[in-house]
Amino acid sequence: MNMHAKPQRTHAETALIDGFVERFSDLPGNEAVIRRRDDAVERLKAGLPTRRVEAWHYTDLRRLLATVPAYDPTASARPLPALLQGSTVLPVLNGVAAHAPRIEGVSVVGLEQKLADGSIAPAMTSRDAADVIAPLNAAFVTDGWFLDIADGAAVDGPIELQNVQAGGQVHVRFPVRVGAGARATIVERQSGSGDALVSSVSHMTVGEGADITWVILQEQPVGATHFGQFNAVLAKDAKLTLFVMNTGGKLVRQEIKVDAKGEGAVFNLRGVNLLNGDSHTDVTMVLDHSAPNTTSSEIIRNVVTGRARGVFQGQIRVDRLAQKTDAKMACNTLLLSDEGEFSAKPELEIFADDVACGHGATVTEIDRSHLFYLMARGVPEKQARGLLVRAFVAEVIEGLEDEALVAALEAKLEAWFARNG
Amino acid sequence: MLEIRNLHARIAETGTEIIRGLDLTVRDGEVAAIMGPNGSGKSTLSYILAGRDDYEVTEGEILFNGQSILGMDPAERAASGIFLAFQYPLEIPGVATMEFLKVALNAQRKARGEPELKIPDLLRKVKEAAGRLNMDMAMLKRPLNVGFSGGEKKRAEILQMSLLEPKLCVLDETDSGLDIDALKVVADGVNALRAPDRSMVVITHYQRLLDYIVPDTVHVLYKGRVIKSGDKSLALDLEQNGYADIIGEAA
Repeated sequence: MNMHAKPQRTHAETALIDGFVERFSDLPGNEAVIRRRDDAVERLKAGLPTRRVEAWHYTDLRRLLATVPAYDPTASARPLPALLQGSTVLPVLNGVAAHAPRIEGVSVVGLEQKLADGSIAPAMTSRDAADVIAPLNAAFVTDGWFLDIADGAAVDGPIELQNVQAGGQVHVRFPVRVGAGARATIVERQSGSGDALVSSVSHMTVGEGADITWVILQEQPVGATHFGQFNAVLAKDAKLTLFVMNTGGKLVRQEIKVDAKGEGAVFNLRGVNLLNGDSHTDVTMVLDHSAPNTTSSEIIRNVVTGRARGVFQGQIRVDRLAQKTDAKMACNTLLLSDEGEFSAKPELEIFADDVACGHGATVTEIDRSHLFYLMARGVPEKQARGLLVRAFVAEVIEGLEDEALVAALEAKLEAWFARNG
Repeated sequence: MLEIRNLHARIAETGTEIIRGLDLTVRDGEVAAIMGPNGSGKSTLSYILAGRDDYEVTEGEILFNGQSILGMDPAERAASGIFLAFQYPLEIPGVATMEFLKVALNAQRKARGEPELKIPDLLRKVKEAAGRLNMDMAMLKRPLNVGFSGGEKKRAEILQMSLLEPKLCVLDETDSGLDIDALKVVADGVNALRAPDRSMVVITHYQRLLDYIVPDTVHVLYKGRVIKSGDKSLALDLEQNGYADIIGEAA
């Protein structure tokens, strides 16, 4: 007889497992997909991670995920106006991919179809024992979009993947293959109106010499729980610029896993976390430099107000083959309230001997001498503080090459400060 | 314009007294030079006038056009017409110079109950003022003072001063870090602002600046007090004989 003292399941754990039993017959997928779903639920049965699991040390999921809403078949969501002019919008509305517009050079397939024919099943795996988001998503995923960008395609205008929830549970997936030499800007919108539990998993392979800008804009309402996972593998000389902006949600974890697998691959991560209220927001990155002459830089800027808590974990692993790796990581936080907090955990694991790697993390308040300078020019204190806080974040946004994107993200920034300034 | 009476002030954090019974009167349209050896309290005086809260006034009064400014914060003082040109202008990453000029100008106009400047009017004003200071408009797109040379920073200060049109200009060591050509440009910019209803307090360590900005009065500051006042010949006298004689007289 097994005498392990298994802790009692939490409400959330029970709701997830019972929810699967209820939902099972309505979830799309052939036999291969069903097997993956079954494996995934087995993983969930092991329980949600606590702070004793290193990857979840600052986000004690078992404690923080207090309740799990039931799937709501009556909820209906509407598409949002695109972030950028000239975008092709691919909406998923409360877990249902609406229609597939044509995009020159891109094959677009609704994910439900790939679940039905089982072609997505091999990708429905988990990264490791600490992975919760992938199995949660694999168990419940209903829809999403699969994009295949042709070799050499220069996609005209941004593609916007919209995941809009209206409550209950939403689990979507965006697998993307980028052909050699292709260029595209992809915006991933995570938004909605309900207190939903959302998981969204993206897998991307970036072909040789391709150049991709991917923007994750997470603006969930104050009661929503959002779990995002972004996975990318970069081939030789591929370049990926990933911009992540979190401005909402109650409990948010955005995982980023990138493998610079081909020689000369370049990865740039820019992150902005605007945190308020009682929220908990965690951005966790694992970056592998697996080939020589690969380059990466990460800059994360956080603004913490109210009783918000933020986390950035950045792990950079340099393989012994990855000589001449150049990796730089910085995480800077502006703490605007005594009750807010931010935890930063940079980690470098370097097995090659000829590399340039560095990291830094700071937590500061507004610089008083900067404030005095602005006030000495007649700018009232409140306005001067606002200007300095926005400037702290805007610096990261302004580093992006696309001017329309800079303007759109700055507008989001202004809107957040108008609500929370 | 400005009347300082028996001013005592100390560093808020340490309690060290820096200004010890300072008296100074500056009339409308007057250019008053403040000179003195290092550590005499010159820069501290400029910060106190602008309202920096690292310093605490413990005694005395500062009257600006008859009104006490001690209860006003730096923004209120600026809006009332006091301008400090910083010895070391601060670099503010993420705030474009042009945007900053717009915000500062409009904040002051708003505080005075005037309508905001329209963008074309603002651009025209800035362009004219920048031209007079040999400043490139491209520089104004860059973040405020970030990567500016010492001379560019000082010019940017004078640009702000000419746009904000203050009543009392306090120039803290505006000559420091400038070569002679840059000094002439900056001094021309300052001289262009001389007006019967505008006064200036020019703080400097060296007489050199006063060849270009000719003062009406010269005051020697030592250990936090004005120990001697005179006309511009006093500055020349200091240049030739140093501070020792005057300090000796005062002691």
